[in-house]
Amino acid sequence: MQQAGRRKPVYTRKLDFRHGRVEMAHGSGGRAMTQLVDQLFIAAFDNDYLRQMNDQACFPVGSGRMVMSTDCHVVTPLFFPGGDIGSLSVHGTVNDIVMSGARPLYLSAGFILEEGLPLADLKRIVESMAAAAQAIPVPVITGDTKVVEQGSGDGVFITTTGIGVVPEGVHISSERAKPGDKILVSGTIGDHGIAILLAREDFAFYGTLESDTAALHNLVAVMVQTAPDIHVLRDPTRGGIAAALNEIAHQSGVGMMLYEHHIPVKEQVSAVCEFLGFDPLYMANEGKLIAICAPQDADRLLDKMRAHPLGQNAAMIGEVIEDSHCFVQMETRFGGRRVVDWLSGDQLPRIC
Amino acid sequence: MKYIEPFRNGAMARKIARRIAAETDPHRDYYLMEFCGGHTHAISRYGIPGLLPGNIHMIHGPGCPVCVLPMGRLENMIQLAQTPGCIVCSYGDMLRVPTAQGDSLLKQKARGVDVRMIYSAADALQIAQQNPQQQVVFLAIGFETTTPPTAVVIKQAQMLGLTNFTVFCNHVLTPSAISHILQSPEIRELGLVRLDGFIGPAHVSTIIGSNPYAYFAEEFQKPVVIAGFEPLDVMQAILMLIRQLNTGRAEVENEFTRAVLPDGNIKAQRLVAEVFELRRSFEWRGLGAVPYSALRIKSDFAAFDAERRFTLPVLSVADHKACECGAILRGVKHPRDCSIFGTACTPDNPLGSCMVSSEGACAAYYRYGRFREHDNDDTARMH
Repeated sequence: MQQAGRRKPVYTRKLDFRHGRVEMAHGSGGRAMTQLVDQLFIAAFDNDYLRQMNDQACFPVGSGRMVMSTDCHVVTPLFFPGGDIGSLSVHGTVNDIVMSGARPLYLSAGFILEEGLPLADLKRIVESMAAAAQAIPVPVITGDTKVVEQGSGDGVFITTTGIGVVPEGVHISSERAKPGDKILVSGTIGDHGIAILLAREDFAFYGTLESDTAALHNLVAVMVQTAPDIHVLRDPTRGGIAAALNEIAHQSGVGMMLYEHHIPVKEQVSAVCEFLGFDPLYMANEGKLIAICAPQDADRLLDKMRAHPLGQNAAMIGEVIEDSHCFVQMETRFGGRRVVDWLSGDQLPRIC
Repeated sequence: MKYIEPFRNGAMARKIARRIAAETDPHRDYYLMEFCGGHTHAISRYGIPGLLPGNIHMIHGPGCPVCVLPMGRLENMIQLAQTPGCIVCSYGDMLRVPTAQGDSLLKQKARGVDVRMIYSAADALQIAQQNPQQQVVFLAIGFETTTPPTAVVIKQAQMLGLTNFTVFCNHVLTPSAISHILQSPEIRELGLVRLDGFIGPAHVSTIIGSNPYAYFAEEFQKPVVIAGFEPLDVMQAILMLIRQLNTGRAEVENEFTRAVLPDGNIKAQRLVAEVFELRRSFEWRGLGAVPYSALRIKSDFAAFDAERRFTLPVLSVADHKACECGAILRGVKHPRDCSIFGTACTPDNPLGSCMVSSEGACAAYYRYGRFREHDNDDTARMH
């Protein structure tokens, strides 16, 4: 893995990935830091750009429109059913990039490590991140590591930035929703939020639910190929589909009408929400997207989405309507009508 | 979800809605109060008003645990939170309730005070066991539903011999609040507010049973129908109230028979009676001082009473000047009658307690029902 011409540094002791912990020295710019970068990060993310060991990565620029997005990842617990902060940090940024219809090209990664974090955990996270990046594939071509004192962090925070290129003729943007457009969702909502909640010890719930964390680049590629004129794509992460749809409604200056009985929700997710008085519409997703398209594209798009492994449960959940107040409304399964508002603060359990 | 979905069935809802429409007398209005915040939430969340004829008016009652807590008690809580060496714990919504100056337990937390959000009273006890060097105060709020769990943890703390656990008790009683509303001059003497019948609480009634409501039905000649928190429960209860009103009856009926017995949960009642006793009077936000409407910890458990352990002044603090929470809690005003509703006071920046919890009348209306206002505006403009 060492590039010809670069001399291998001599470390007095190997990194102890079984019992070792992150120390302040791992971020102080000395030999310990270089060793961590060398033996962990470069070993895992290995590519030509990284091996040059420059403070920046230098790459050629093609023609067309480029997109760039950055995403900070903080999650407790660091490892959860279906993923971990490592894979999440790749999927999160890649999904933000591809929601423009772009093909992801490169990633950068910034790590803030808390003193005392077991090196075994860090290794597991970095390797999971590398595997997620390779599966796409999108190389992590530059990065940075800092260490903060114990108590000043939550194990590890990861910020990733991504760059992608938008194919010719694709113009997907949140201000393009028009009255009459159809609203599609690529699958069941709230899986990530509830999986994280179950993984935390504060709740005495146990279940088999996994986070939906996944990179949506292939699904988006299929969708853009099927209907290049998709108006809006959005991955409904924090705040769930309620927040995403309210943002789009305001950016486009339109209203929306959702049909509750068309919104796919896993039984386990509804059950936990029911217990705690939560609403799946506000629960986070990490492997789902919302698409808004012209009515004539909707059925074709839905068929293609359902044929893709990450869109099997795709559904048409509503339509865009004219509304100067930009309300997102919902026809309830029960037959009534209500506003689906932005979340205020955190979702809190009901008292009685 | 078994046991729940059947009570949210849309086809059945339409069927009941047709029955309600058929049986409602078009020549009169029906003013029905849902006492409980759980019902307020269900009515708004499922869009029930849209399924009812225009002459049925739902009035939101004061049954929202955080809404009725007076400012003075909230100030006491903040004082407890600021006491060095203290950890205070409470349920989520409680942490967001604003004081007149806009302070809250959540804001105190951001300033470094140790405030913990808990999901059950048992969590508070656990925090006390884990932090033996600190005083842990559980800020207990709520109606009869949340009282038995508080009684359980007080008894457990005694059994464990904990010396660092106390409860700041703010538990209140539903029947006294209903009596107070019915006896208020606005309703009884002035006739300013019409109240024809009540939808009785769901969870509260599982504890106290249906018998305690017999007094209102008889004394005030108002029908009461106890209903579950699912939307079909509410629809069915409305139909039952309409039928009582149409035939001039004023009885206690139980729609929530799958959970509520006439005598309630005797075991829970005994537990509560063992640990708590009545306060002579307690201030409610919006209702003022209501005699025998709240509980305090009995002297046998004095060691676990935060009011005895700490010196807490009795404060009577006025609400924000423009806030109409008081009138809204009495059913005298609707959230839209408040001049700061949706402008200065929103769920993101609540000035009044009714805008905090999703069970509060203002928050429920803001979150779920606002479009009705605009529909009406648009209709008005068209004419």
